[in-house]
Amino acid sequence: MSLLSIENLSLSIHGTPVLKDVSMALEPGRVLGVIGESGSGKSMTAFSVLQLLPNGTACSGRVSLLGRDILTLSEVELCGLRGRDVGMVFQEPMTALNPLKTIGAQVAETILIHEKVSRADAMLRAAEALEKAELPQDRFPLSRYPHELSGGQRQRVVIAMAIALQPRLLIADEPTTALDVTTQAQILKLLKRLVIEDGIGLMLISHDLAVVADLADDLVIMRQGEVVEAGRSDDLFRNMQHPYSRALLEASGHVPDRHSRAQETPLLQVKNVVRDYVSHAHGLWGKVTHHRAVNNVSLEIRRGESLGLVGESGCGKSTLTRAILGLEEVQGGEILFDGLPVFTHHRANKAVRRRMQVVFQDPYGSFNPRWKVGRLITEPFHLLDTPPRGEERNRAIADALESVGLKAEDQHKYIHEFSGGQRQRIAVARALIIKPDLIILDEAVSALDVSVRAQVLDLLADLSDRFGLTYLFISHDLGVVRSITERVLVMKAGEIVEEGATATVFDAPQHPYTKKLVAAAPALPADVAVA
Amino acid sequence: MTMFLHSRTLIPGMVLTVLFAGAALISLVWVPYDTTVLDIANKIKSPSWAHPFGTDQFGRDILSMIMVGARTSIAVALVAVGIGMVAGVPLGLAAAARRGGMLDEFIMRMNDLVFAFPSLLIAVMITAVFGASALNAIIAIGIFNIPVFARLTRGAALSLWSREYIMAARVAGKGAARISLEHILPNVANLLIVQGTIQFSLGILAEAGLSYVGLGAQPPVASWGRMLADSQTMISFAPHLALFPGLAILLTVLGLNLLGDGLRDILDPKLRRART
Repeated sequence: MSLLSIENLSLSIHGTPVLKDVSMALEPGRVLGVIGESGSGKSMTAFSVLQLLPNGTACSGRVSLLGRDILTLSEVELCGLRGRDVGMVFQEPMTALNPLKTIGAQVAETILIHEKVSRADAMLRAAEALEKAELPQDRFPLSRYPHELSGGQRQRVVIAMAIALQPRLLIADEPTTALDVTTQAQILKLLKRLVIEDGIGLMLISHDLAVVADLADDLVIMRQGEVVEAGRSDDLFRNMQHPYSRALLEASGHVPDRHSRAQETPLLQVKNVVRDYVSHAHGLWGKVTHHRAVNNVSLEIRRGESLGLVGESGCGKSTLTRAILGLEEVQGGEILFDGLPVFTHHRANKAVRRRMQVVFQDPYGSFNPRWKVGRLITEPFHLLDTPPRGEERNRAIADALESVGLKAEDQHKYIHEFSGGQRQRIAVARALIIKPDLIILDEAVSALDVSVRAQVLDLLADLSDRFGLTYLFISHDLGVVRSITERVLVMKAGEIVEEGATATVFDAPQHPYTKKLVAAAPALPADVAVA
Repeated sequence: MTMFLHSRTLIPGMVLTVLFAGAALISLVWVPYDTTVLDIANKIKSPSWAHPFGTDQFGRDILSMIMVGARTSIAVALVAVGIGMVAGVPLGLAAAARRGGMLDEFIMRMNDLVFAFPSLLIAVMITAVFGASALNAIIAIGIFNIPVFARLTRGAALSLWSREYIMAARVAGKGAARISLEHILPNVANLLIVQGTIQFSLGILAEAGLSYVGLGAQPPVASWGRMLADSQTMISFAPHLALFPGLAILLTVLGLNLLGDGLRDILDPKLRRART
């Protein structure tokens, strides 16, 4: 008998169909990978197993868990199931824990809800669960609070909560998407260990083929509420049938066609830059603490080059970006753009700033929701002494929008009328409009679906060919950096630890940290034939 | 129009608010009886067709008094909220723009200082020094609105300053003042409107309170608070003298609070999503 079987599940919310005839099955001790882009219905499928669905949802078909038909159970019976037979791990470890309760109390809570045990016993078992999630008691006692832990450690607490009652099924919805690469590798290893040691069935939901490839025994690929392809993962990867699965596979390893025209002349020189943060521990009169975010960093970007900057969160790459853009002054060293200092007499140099632009990560937070696109993308005109007006301005808007594949009429729309990929195109248009030499791409494709990401990467490659742009590509995603940059820098704790041609650094890393990063990066099986 | 249906409190709130604002406006051009003329022959009459709300101890028509009183209350509260917004919002924007700096610290500590004083005490001090009048009541109430708006603006603006579109505006070379006006202010406007209606109702209560102790508008200007105070000694045999001004205060404050809640429901996108 299979642990979980979903047969012909269809689901609609307020009459809008969300899932159509979805079927999948999971055996104990195996990993089922469910892959799809946003809107594919992969999370809805998982939520329907627990019947954690929004109001106005209608389900048909059959979902059987341990031989019981979930769709016929009452809410009370479902509550008994959730957390005991089925554990769930969510994407965002920062918000999945209650900040006011200790980690011990949160893990023990799951146990206390389902079993009549004393508080002390529950705490003992919570300690066991945390040990199992690789949070040793001597370093992470039960009395710790979530804010004292890092993102990866919090995700371990979430996992400990999910496995505290030894569930038969564990559902992990994008469990590593919010984490750094090295942390991601550790969490995936932990999940794998739980499956092998305890014979749990794991349903692993992800948008990233590479993350799932390593772990999953079986795969289900979903699109727009339907299963497009399913099978054993090693077979499936070698022999994909459906055009969508192949497109997805191609997109996740996509290398845009880009012609390098790097010249010898440096465009941006960063020399021995130091950036300290001074903070007051308790108000203005409290103890003064110093934090060195960027320590003696030097780098050079040549004209026409695409340079990658890789590092995990907190390594100082965003601080460095702000210094290059002239938003924050540095405490030591200098930054020269085309030979001109970015900062002169404690003021950002306008002549330099108008030649640099930036594209940020979050396609939803990068735009003022109350402005129309035309006004949004012309904001950088503020840097010009005589910004174009009237007809000239309209032409500039139309040119910028058309060069990123949108229409000139789109300038009259508000930002919420666009999808994530379109918004990122608009962000690129905003950067392009004053015809800069350098564009800094700060995790610019990290929040996008793989197929959209591939399109935006193609667009970036095309634009750099057409306008002779120079890119500084900042990302934690090694695959993306590899596909679009010629040279790469690896940053750790405020310092550049390795530098060189992208292929060389990734194929033969020298520094131990780079080796760790490259080893941790999820990769598709080597024998996958991409059509 | 459909968005009005998302809130159950908006319509009743609007009806009550429009009712009293309308009464105040009409009183500018017409009232049933002149409230400055005494008619001792008709004093303390119970409600009748001629005087729907009755008459007071000087024979003045209570309906007319309530209409003129609405004018006083609304004018005082409106100007007081205006003072709070005009002074408080720029202070809050400036504090958020210099977050963590000396200016921020200074503005917020001054706010704490104003908050720490009992508002009635300050009002008594102001009227003791400058004399009791509607203008001094406005100033006293207005001063206490400043920190309310400054704090609200700063709090909302702080979270906006970490948004990437603000970063994009900084990359476009815009200064803090310009960003505050172009990006921050329009995005905190919703909150300010909602808080404005709530402060407005508090202003009406404060005005009534000050008039009740004789520190607000002076005779012959009609005021709800003083009507209540005057009726106190006669409440056992003429309860309508206290009932109608009391009801007027209650319903106006209720209406404005309902309106504020309703506006929050339709203006706050987070709540809007939670309801659908």
